[in-house]
Amino acid sequence: MLEIKNLHVKLEEEDKQILKGVDLSVGAGEVHAIMGPNGSGKSTLSYVMSGRDGYEVTDGSIALDGADMLEMEPEERAAAGLFLAFQYPVEIPGVGNMTFLRTALNAQRKARGQEEISAADFLKLIRERAKELKIGSEMLKRPVNVGFSGGEKKRNEILQMAVLEPKMCVLDETDSGLDVDAMKLVADGVNALRSEGRSFLVITHYQRLLNHIVPDVVHIMANGKIVKTGGKELAMEVEENGYSDILDAQNETGEVV
Amino acid sequence: MALPQAKQDTTEARLAALTRPEGAAWASTARDAALARVREMGLPHRRDEYWKYTRPDGLTAPEPAPAALFSGDEQPLFSEIDRVRLVFVDGVFDPDRSDDPTLAGVEIERLQDASRADIHWAKEVYGVLEARGQVPVQRPLAALNTAFATDGVLIRATGKAERPVSLIYLHESETSDAILHHVVKVEPGAELTLLENGPAAARFNKVLEVEVADGAAFHHVRAQGRDHERQAVTHTFARLGRESTFKSFTMTANGVMTRNESVIELTGDDATAHVAGACMGDGDFHHDDTVFVTHDAVNCESRQVFKKVLRNGATGVFQGKILVKPEAQRTDGYQISQSLLLDEDSQFYAKPELEIYADDVQCSHGSTSGAIDETALFYLRSRGLPESEAQDLLVLAFLAEAIEEIDDPAIAEDIRVRLEAWLARRRKD
Repeated sequence: MLEIKNLHVKLEEEDKQILKGVDLSVGAGEVHAIMGPNGSGKSTLSYVMSGRDGYEVTDGSIALDGADMLEMEPEERAAAGLFLAFQYPVEIPGVGNMTFLRTALNAQRKARGQEEISAADFLKLIRERAKELKIGSEMLKRPVNVGFSGGEKKRNEILQMAVLEPKMCVLDETDSGLDVDAMKLVADGVNALRSEGRSFLVITHYQRLLNHIVPDVVHIMANGKIVKTGGKELAMEVEENGYSDILDAQNETGEVV
Repeated sequence: MALPQAKQDTTEARLAALTRPEGAAWASTARDAALARVREMGLPHRRDEYWKYTRPDGLTAPEPAPAALFSGDEQPLFSEIDRVRLVFVDGVFDPDRSDDPTLAGVEIERLQDASRADIHWAKEVYGVLEARGQVPVQRPLAALNTAFATDGVLIRATGKAERPVSLIYLHESETSDAILHHVVKVEPGAELTLLENGPAAARFNKVLEVEVADGAAFHHVRAQGRDHERQAVTHTFARLGRESTFKSFTMTANGVMTRNESVIELTGDDATAHVAGACMGDGDFHHDDTVFVTHDAVNCESRQVFKKVLRNGATGVFQGKILVKPEAQRTDGYQISQSLLLDEDSQFYAKPELEIYADDVQCSHGSTSGAIDETALFYLRSRGLPESEAQDLLVLAFLAEAIEEIDDPAIAEDIRVRLEAWLARRRKD
């Protein structure tokens, strides 16, 4: 599904290398988690995947089902099936949540050569999906994310995911700012979307989200590289001992720094 | 004090190009007084403080600069609205192209007919609100209009109007110089919606005087036409009685020169006045909203919401003032003027002013000027919206607060569709 090879990324504005050779392969239907200390490059990876300005890819590649993502505009990546749930979902005053979702869905369908969804079908679809995420009609009518609580914003991200039905979902620190109940609601929403044809990359600083969204593979990222890969038990190890043990071990073998 | 020679010359040159219309005593008296005001004030000069950001030269010149006609195949605005159409061609009423005015359920008369009547209710309004509006800031082009307007309508509503009155201004001559003066009186408890649209003329000077009596409501929605080279100066003078409502919205897309002045006086307690504007300028475009709201009664509310989208070197101006007189306690005043600059060549000048003499007052104002929010743009694109579509959505979102000032949902939708079409046309360029 997703193949990232030797990805090197620097900031466009300053000569600062953030990613220093990331290799990552996520198979169809798999859930991978990327954990790592602050500043390790986790969020940069998600932004570069989705095509945000301000980053320069100096080497390497990102492919989704064989298609070169780096050649595409953000909207083309979305139409190709990539979705990024933002760490800080953006407030857009004046644009209704429903209008936004329908416009986005139809834009993607158009890009894929599909017919636009009718207003009635869309209404049915969004009501179903919103209900599963306990999102009321009031939240659907309001402008995108305006006046939403932290939990509501994250649920709204998952709602967008549920409506747009991407095949590769990237969740950037989706647990940040959530209490336990809100996190559980978001995790349930994500779990409901797990399927054979859909993969997830869950970026998180803490292990707790991974109790709810159980990953197949856990990667530890540090200093712009993936330094360790293992099963879900690796997340437990981080939870118990922090990142320092793993990073120290890496330092001794001379792989990082 | 004598006028500076340059100003006097400009004024006399302009007056020489005009002909006084005929009329009965009340009309002649109003016109004479207006002409005297013009001579006393002189026409605006670009060194006048009130014209600091807008050059009046084209508006005061003896003859108008020619303006090419725009040939569009768009369905005319408000086509879906059940209304009574009154059509003016280059500033002259055309009864053949108009609907039967009686269908509006209000009294409608042509200015030139009313001005021949010996006694007319318009005597209490025509030129009266304009004259009141000359203090503390002079508006000579409005006085010029009162003195020389050759056409216009007088509307008096005594109950709820059956349908909106829709003034349609067609532009068919490249050199037309139109001066229209309308008077509206909404009697106690009555309600009227007035629509205006069209480019009107190569040069257009329009005054609208509105008397909104106690408990009455007046809604005004206008769209200033697409003809790129047209110039316009308009004044809206309104006086509000107790518990009355005045709401005015203007959409402007194109026109090399537009100056819209709104002068509103809240003279009865518990009255509400909203003035709003959405404007979109591209290239050689200058648009000026000048608003003066006077609170002269207790517990009144006023709102000014002006939004401008500017690109390719377009210029926007906002001069807005809220004056709260000493006795106008519990005033709630709000003013916002914002511009969205789509490139670095466009400019926005804002001069918000508050002058408050009462102590129990809530007044807020804000003015901003900025570019498209790149984070929001990326967010929309990451959900699959192409860049141009995402940008248009953000532009419409920016204008939304102004459009929300239109109460009638069908009319608001019509305006929104026009704005979308304007954006879509530019997307193809």
